[in-house]
Amino acid sequence: MLRLDAVSKRYADGTVAVHDLTLDVARGEVCVLVGPSGCGKTTTMRMVNRLIEPTSGRIVLDGRDVTHVDPVALRRGIGYVIQQVGLFPHQTIEANVATVPALLGWDRARARARVRELLELVGLDPEVYARRYPHELSGGQRQRVGVARALAADPPVLLMDEPFGAVDPIARDRLQAEFLRLQAAVRKTVVFVTHDIEEAVRLGDRIAVLRQGGYLEQYAPPRVLLGAPATAFVADFVGSDRGLKRLAVTPIRVADLEQPPVVPASATAGEAGAALDAAGADWAMVVDAAGAPVGWLTRPGLVPQPAPDPVPVTASLKTAFSRLLQADTGWVAVVDGASYLGVLTPATVHEALRRSVAAETPPGSAP
Amino acid sequence: MTEPTGQARPEPIKAVPVRHPGRWVGIVVVAILTAMFLHMLLTNDAFQWQFMFDNMFSEPVLKGAWTTLWVTVVAMILGVVIGVIIAVMRLSPNPVISSAAFAYTWFFRAVPRVVLLVLFGNLGILYAEVGFGLPFGEQLLGLFGLEGSGQIFGVDANKILSGLVAGLLGLSLSEGAYMGEIVRAGIQSIDPGQAEAAQALGMGRGLTMQRIVLPQAMRVIVPPTGNETIAMLKDTALLAFVPVTNELFFQLQAIGSRTFQVFPMLVAACLWYLSMTSVLMVGQYFLEKRFARGVQGRAKEKLLKATVPTGAGIE
Ligand SMILES: Nc1ncnc2c1ncn2[C@@H]1O[C@H](COP(=O)(O)OP(=O)(O)O)[C@@H](O)[C@H]1O
Ligand SMILES: [Mg+2]
Repeated sequence: MLRLDAVSKRYADGTVAVHDLTLDVARGEVCVLVGPSGCGKTTTMRMVNRLIEPTSGRIVLDGRDVTHVDPVALRRGIGYVIQQVGLFPHQTIEANVATVPALLGWDRARARARVRELLELVGLDPEVYARRYPHELSGGQRQRVGVARALAADPPVLLMDEPFGAVDPIARDRLQAEFLRLQAAVRKTVVFVTHDIEEAVRLGDRIAVLRQGGYLEQYAPPRVLLGAPATAFVADFVGSDRGLKRLAVTPIRVADLEQPPVVPASATAGEAGAALDAAGADWAMVVDAAGAPVGWLTRPGLVPQPAPDPVPVTASLKTAFSRLLQADTGWVAVVDGASYLGVLTPATVHEALRRSVAAETPPGSAP
Repeated sequence: MTEPTGQARPEPIKAVPVRHPGRWVGIVVVAILTAMFLHMLLTNDAFQWQFMFDNMFSEPVLKGAWTTLWVTVVAMILGVVIGVIIAVMRLSPNPVISSAAFAYTWFFRAVPRVVLLVLFGNLGILYAEVGFGLPFGEQLLGLFGLEGSGQIFGVDANKILSGLVAGLLGLSLSEGAYMGEIVRAGIQSIDPGQAEAAQALGMGRGLTMQRIVLPQAMRVIVPPTGNETIAMLKDTALLAFVPVTNELFFQLQAIGSRTFQVFPMLVAACLWYLSMTSVLMVGQYFLEKRFARGVQGRAKEKLLKATVPTGAGIE
């Protein structure tokens, strides 16, 4: 969908901002450019919509070399969420969102309808906000308007330059969650710039780590980046706690779960004891007739006790591990819907993590 | 506040209003001076109030006032248009264009308006005829061995450059230089991110300037433009030097010299200009309020505080 082919940018003053960068982004994929400040992220992004002309190399969008397209027409087909929002303060929210439709010559009724639809999509009530001015909104709300404006003409490609950089951490967390929800609905090809590796890991399908001077260090899905950093720079950039960050992007695998003996809720103490003996285990899981975990039991009482809240199998290892740390039992049950699948213990978490690291380490390179 | 001394409770405070003896002295002095001034106005025969009121609304004076008003409006409109063009040229990345704008501004700001107006009044000496045709037409045709001027049509310069047109031209060109500086300051006060956002959304340079930058710059441009308009209204009195004869100040002075009652007519001029500029000041106040839209509450207050007193010329 979008391909950068050996693209370089040298500014008039001799600064090399991007160096021989080759990158491709598939349709509907979120590509995150991450790296320290000044490593050429913004420059890379602006070359895509020709706010900056590359010194050498080609940028191909949907099969067309962007340098052969009229830049103004090109930009109307690429949504751009600018660093620091960049809403127009002298225009209402409605006028801001309708900027591109107006440029494309849509009639008023159609543009208005589109504005309402978009404001609802980004979680702002059009009745309340359409007629307001940007200064009458909070930072997070302005950011949503910025996203709505970029989406206005339904462009297939969306460029986002540190869109959540200027809001407080709580609002940012919410905006990130909403971005994921929105992206699942609209499926745009997104190039997203951030300097925050946590944000990159959370939002990106693939992450490009850039180093000062515009060198691409690694371009890989988050799990690979965290599990097998290609260079010392990437390892350093993702942080010494990358193991922890990795939990967030590692799914739970049913095969990794431990399987203690299972006792039906209707069983007597004698039957439960027999089950423990047969398995050589200290404790057993108690499930009801529908297969849902209802508690656990152990010697000497062999009476069912309440179990910690189970974790859905769709959760990440990070969620599961955090639940595990809060549980007195040293394990949590994993469920698919309501039905019991197995239990997760610190040992299985560790094992799952190590195994996925090994799976993503290219042969011959050390993790 | 004083610390309570010992164990005793502090006595209740007896509040005495702060006295301002200086203030009272000031009020008395101003009152006396005002009384003296009013007394002089009413008793000094040189004012000739009755004569003044009889003449300050005579027909030629009213016509002169009308000329003053429309010349102000037209010169300001032309001045603003020239100013926007000069400002955009000044900010152009092309060094030739920006130097041309700089030279223009330099010339028209450096020469006093009176000198400029007299100069324009005498431009008829420079060009006997104003023509439209090929640039350097005569010389070009000469090169090809042809005779003629290459001129499509021409008119007598003294007809086009009548006193009024010359004066209007002088005022507009000079105003253009000042407005150019004001507009440039306005454009530069806008965050470059705004123009960038506009361009990223697919607006061209012209559209960005027209829809995004200039409307926001208005907030910075309007207050000094109000001042310029008021100054322009006063400077129309300089048209008398071009000379333009059907202009307010010229007419009042003419009555003064014809009747040997110079002073009352000068007072009449003061009253005319006072009342006309006061109307402009009220208009300026409302215009500024309108262009403060989209500004945060506090910034808006600050803006109004900062501009109204200077704009209205109070204090
Ligand atoms: N217009 C410019 N002229 C010269 N150098 C620039 C210009 N814009 C950016 N740079 C330089 O290029 C490098 C990359 O900038 P940028 O792409 O903005 O980085 P990032 O967005 O990753 O922080 C920096 O060293 C910056 O100083
Ligand atoms: Mg940047």
